[in-house]
Amino acid sequence: MTRKTRRLWIVIACLACVGSAAALTLRAFSSNIVFFMAPSQVKASPPSPDRTIRLGGMVMAGSLHRINENGTPVNAFQVTDGQAAVEVHYTGILPDLFREGQSVVALGTVQKDGGFTASEVLAKHDETYMPKEVADELKRTGKWDPRFGKAPDASSWDTMTAKKAGG
Amino acid sequence: MIASDYFNGEPVAGNPSPRCHSAEVRVPVRPTPNLLHRYANPGQFLRLARTLLPWLTGGAIVFLVVGVIWGLFIAPADWQQGDTVRIMYVHVPMAWLASSCYLGLATCGVLSLVWRHPLADLAAIEIGPVGACAAALCLITGSLWGEPMWGTWWVWDARLTSMLVLFFLYLGHIALIRAFDEPARGQRAAAILALAGVIDLPIIKFSVQWWNTLHQPDSITLTGAPTMSMMMLWPLLICTIGFTLGVAAVIFTRLSAAIHESRARQMMARSRLDRRDSQAA
Repeated sequence: MTRKTRRLWIVIACLACVGSAAALTLRAFSSNIVFFMAPSQVKASPPSPDRTIRLGGMVMAGSLHRINENGTPVNAFQVTDGQAAVEVHYTGILPDLFREGQSVVALGTVQKDGGFTASEVLAKHDETYMPKEVADELKRTGKWDPRFGKAPDASSWDTMTAKKAGG
Repeated sequence: MIASDYFNGEPVAGNPSPRCHSAEVRVPVRPTPNLLHRYANPGQFLRLARTLLPWLTGGAIVFLVVGVIWGLFIAPADWQQGDTVRIMYVHVPMAWLASSCYLGLATCGVLSLVWRHPLADLAAIEIGPVGACAAALCLITGSLWGEPMWGTWWVWDARLTSMLVLFFLYLGHIALIRAFDEPARGQRAAAILALAGVIDLPIIKFSVQWWNTLHQPDSITLTGAPTMSMMMLWPLLICTIGFTLGVAAVIFTRLSAAIHESRARQMMARSRLDRRDSQAA
């Protein structure tokens, strides 16, 4: 074995060691790396009311209620992951992208009655990017209602142009 | 072969460089001229760079002009994000370049540690700051995009944090490679750092699949159709090619300048030595 081959093997061995160490560490801390909990997780094992967590999911269609209390908006809506839903209360201005059917991440605590009081609400947009005309066309033809979740399969619309959609 | 001769020598196999003045010293056998060694030779690299640079620069200008105009003015706005989505035409290329520059840095690390190529160390010095700029721009544009869309400048989710780690890896590499009086020691240490840090690249790539994050998953994947309108995808691809060519041109220029600089320094050192010899005689 020449010196070069030996050095190559040492480098490969070191990389394998560092790689597996990183993989094991990430596996061990996986629950901490996760940015938010899903409603079904919160329902299955509710965290104690003094622990601040992030709750992530889709705003359920038809669940949003806004009232204006002395100039500050008070919002109530349900966040769902398809299996369970959690009622969220939030006082303050919601982000621009907030709507029914949008994914959101709320920071706050789970109350004793199972509701969630949020101190901050972030909108999480998905990986879909489409022009307004295409979205309007999909909505008009009944292929997609944004209030009920993600857009249909991209191959069905990604070549649609503004002209075709407008016509 | 010692590095100083390597940088001056033209690659003629079996024919020692005419500047090898000490005839008593046994000239070591030159490495076999396979592909790896041919392009790792500074003289060959300079010739390659001279041929490629006009094409890289011209291509970068053409692609960037077309891509930026298409992306910023012609491509449609997103149905819910509006014109903010145009940040993507800078953000995505910068993220791609930050990762690929780091992969280049790690490759230089292997070439330097295993094959001791002097050109790999020079390349690592020159790639580092370019990649750091790309990573910084990726973080800055991402932050500017996140504020209006998500409602926050920054969150500590897996994608954003691993990208920040990559930026710090670049800063560490830049500092380490220049930290020693004896350049070879800094280069060795930096090569090890670059190799260890390569673990961060798959973490960045797959963070959005392995864990739930605020950052959206990839729109462009190898397996599925892109979840993006073709009218946005084309300018994005053209911008990415343009920025990539531009960064390649910058790195080639920097590396050529570094080779010329090291040659000039060696010539000065040699003439100083010659003067001392003639004074002594």
